Parts: sequence; structure tokens; C-alpha cells
Amino acid sequence: MENFFDLSLTLDLLGYGFVRQMLIAGAVLGLVAGLLGPLVVTRKMAFAVHGTAELAFTGGAAALLVGVSVGYGALAGSVVAALLLGLLSRRDADRDSVIGAILAFGLGLGVLFLYLYKGRSANKFGLLTGQIVSVGSTDLWLLIGSSVAVLVVLALIYRPLHFASVDVAVATARGVPVRTLSVVFAVLVGVATALSVQVVGALLVLSLMITPAAAASRVTASPVKATVLAVVFAEVAVLLGILLSLAPGVPVSAFVTAVSFLIYLVCRAFGGTRSRAGV
Amino acid sequence: MTAQLSDKSVRGAVALRGARLSYGDRVLWDGLDLDVAPGEFVAVLGPNGSGKTSLMRVLLGLQPLSAGTVHVAGGNRRIGYIPQQRAVDSSLTLRGRDLVGFGLDGHEWGIGWRGRRARRAKVDEALAAVGATRYADEAVGLLSGGEQQRLRVAQALVGDPRVLLCDEPLLSLDIAHQRVVSDLIDRRRRAAGTAVLFVTHEINPVLPLVDRVLYLVDGRFRVGTPAEVMTSATLSALYRTNVEVVRVRDQIHVVGAQHVCEDEPHHVADED
Repeated sequence: MENFFDLSLTLDLLGYGFVRQMLIAGAVLGLVAGLLGPLVVTRKMAFAVHGTAELAFTGGAAALLVGVSVGYGALAGSVVAALLLGLLSRRDADRDSVIGAILAFGLGLGVLFLYLYKGRSANKFGLLTGQIVSVGSTDLWLLIGSSVAVLVVLALIYRPLHFASVDVAVATARGVPVRTLSVVFAVLVGVATALSVQVVGALLVLSLMITPAAAASRVTASPVKATVLAVVFAEVAVLLGILLSLAPGVPVSAFVTAVSFLIYLVCRAFGGTRSRAGV
Repeated sequence: MTAQLSDKSVRGAVALRGARLSYGDRVLWDGLDLDVAPGEFVAVLGPNGSGKTSLMRVLLGLQPLSAGTVHVAGGNRRIGYIPQQRAVDSSLTLRGRDLVGFGLDGHEWGIGWRGRRARRAKVDEALAAVGATRYADEAVGLLSGGEQQRLRVAQALVGDPRVLLCDEPLLSLDIAHQRVVSDLIDRRRRAAGTAVLFVTHEINPVLPLVDRVLYLVDGRFRVGTPAEVMTSATLSALYRTNVEVVRVRDQIHVVGAQHVCEDEPHHVADED
């Protein structure tokens, strides 16, 4: 424990290629998660994100078992999940229970796959909690390529998607394809979730996708400012989390979630400016 | 009435010809002819399930007619739509000006980074026109229902509509705010010649503004001035039961038809 915040060890580790790859992966993820987060929060999809992450875990576990890249497995698992969830309207009263049922089954399958997997046990653990070594250079290119694709699609659909997310009645009246957009967005979230699984693990994806956006929404009512803040918060959480986790060799997610939650608490404390109480 | 409807050379802001809407065997309305002139205020009345909301959907291009034709001046991009006020989550990151901005270009693809200066000027103008400048930068969820509905009016008007569709916009507002919102709509149609179709379950708050009424009941309908339609004889014929129309001072009260005035409002998007 004495090397918990060992600066020279941290600097030493920064010299390794896999650590730098991890930082690049983290930075890319922070950007994607920060940009998607405010829309996810607005659409009240936090639980859907969690469900998607669990199925990314299932996909990743299946990939481990059959010996292909975990990144592809996670991607396949979460895109399937996102499509399933995206087809459920946000108005559907049973959406939460459907997500619950699907994610429980997916998690069970993942457990079975991991049990059957006879390789390194660190790989199993990393899938749930994030591991620096889990981002190889192939995975890094998959991550960057997928992120660019997500951001391009998001830029194309951003305005009508935002409209439909906050004002579904008028958006429908204006001819915005509300249902289609919600499926497309669910897939974007699915891809981003799968990418996050590699860094922070399936259990803690929410710390990158939801917490920064939720924190931002406490301090500003402007969608643009909220998005910029969410990106900044996500970047700080993921990069600082990775740096802090280097010396002690603790799973990345422990520090990423801690930093992320701290930012959230601070924003909640100062968020009183948004309240109209007493005005 | 018939002379006016048969005159096909006059194309108003809205023109329905022999319009029929049916779902399977159920006919909501058939043979509906309606011309709405620019600047005209038409109240659409009727009990639940009479097809008021479906009429809105037809005009918005969200619902095809089963038969007949529909023409809306400028196409559906030049329609302003004002829904009823509904609770907005107080944590929603959305300011009044964002809500209004959606009325301008929310349906367009992309981020909308270009031309944002011109956009801001238009939004500011629309906010000022409804007196919402003071709270334009506050979170929509923290505003009162009346303030939110003023933003809704600005949102509908910012796109410079030729036709304004209002779906129970006064619902859940107190009388003072009902006046503010209906006056804003009235001012617009007089200043810019915007045709107004106003779906409501309560005609009295807008009675002074109403030029004509479209009254729908169980596939039957009547079009005419309030004096023509809102009579005991006409409504009794429409409802096929004995309905009494009582005038108290400047108000019209319909007695005898259950759910004539008390029907539940509903929404264009709710049926999706």
C-alpha cells in the first residue's frame, strides 16, 4: 500500500506503450461518453445503458471463450442489446422490467461463458471492472474507428434527436422521425457502451456515460454548456482515474468512478444556482 | 355554407375536400369539406374520439386520409403547432430559448452550427413578441405553466407559420394565463393573417375570437359560426339526443350531452 501514490512509479509506467494506449483509449471514450451523456440523461436511459453494458459483458465473455478479440464480442453484445432496447418506446410502461429481464439473462450467460473459459483469470476480472492491459493496439484502432463513426452519426442526427428527446409532441408534429431516431440513438449508445467496457468494465460504464452528464445538468440549463461540461467531467474522471490507478495497480474503474462521483457531488452542492426557489 | 364550400377556386390556408378518415369499419368523419381563410379562427369541438386529434394529424401530414384531399398552405413546414401544457422535468437541461429554437429548425439534420447568429436574432424576436425575454435563459422545467405556454406560442410562431394548429393549448392554465395565451394567438392571426385551427373542449375562453366552429360528433359534423352551430337544435341533431344550449352573459353552456364539455384532451404524439 505504500506505493499507492508513488509518483516515480507512475512516471515509469507512463513510459510503457500499453499505458499510453490506455490513456488514448480513455481520452477518446471520455469524449464520446461526454457527448452522448446529456442526451442519455435527458431521455432517461440510465438503466438502459446499464443493461447494455451487462450484455456487452456477455458478448465479451463469449469472445474470450471462443478466442476472438473481447472488443468485437462486447460490440456485438451491446449492439444487439441496444437494438432490443431501442425498439421499446420510452413510453412503454414495462421498459424497465424488460431491460431488467434481458440484462439478468445476459449476465447469467456471461457467468457461464467465464466459467467455461480456461484462460487467464485476470481477463475475466477485467471484463467486469476494467483493466489497463485489456486495451491492445488492435482494440485501440477498433475503439477509435467506432468512436469516429458514433460521432459522425451523432452530428448528423443531433438536432432532431435533441428535439425529439425534450419535446416529443411537437417534434412528432414537425415530422421528426421520432421512433427511428430512438433506435439509431440506442445503437450509438450501445457502441459507446461496448467501448467503455474495455476501459472501465461492464459494471461501471455508468460512471462515464451518466455521472458526468448528471453532474453537468445540476449546474447549467444550457444544453450546449451541459454537453461541454459533461465532456470535461468525463475526461477528467477517466484520465485522472487511469493515472491514479497506475502505481497501486488497482482496477481503473475504482478511481474513475471515485473522481466522477466527486465531481457529481461538487456540482450538486453548487447546483443551487439553477433552482428558482426564493426568486 | 354550401356555396362557400363548393367554390374550389378559392384556396384558403387550409382546404379539405370530401375528406374521409376511417380505421377499419370505424368512420371518424366522411365528406368533410372545410376551407379556412388566412387570418380565420376556427374552433374544433367535439367529444372524445370524434377525430379532432386525427384531424390535426391529417393536417400535419402524419396521417393519410382514407379518401378526399387535403391542402395546407406552404406545406406542413409552415404549420405552427401548439400542444397543451404538460409538466416538464425540473432537472431538464433546456432553456426557454432552446425550446423556441426548435420551432425554427429542430427538424433539420445536423448540429445547426452555421447561421446561428441569424437564428439567435429570430429566436430573440419571437421571445420578445410573447414577453418571454426575461426568463428566456432559465430552465423550462422551473417556469410556471403560463410561462411555458408563452414559450410554446413563440416556438410555434418563430417559423413564420401560415397555419397555426392549437391542440388544447389553454388546458391546465388559470384564467389570466388563458387570456394571455389566446390574446397572443389572436394578435398573430390578425397581424400576419395566420389561419388558426383551435382544438378545444371549452369554447368559452376563446369565444370572442372564434369566426367559425367545426363540431364533430360520432362521424357527423357541422361547420358554421358559433351562432349557427352552438344552438340547441343543431347540437341535438349532432348528438342525436336532447341537448340544451344555454347562453349566460357572454358564455355558452351545453347541457344534457355528457362529455360535451368535459372530455379528456389528448395529444398528437400520444398515439404513437
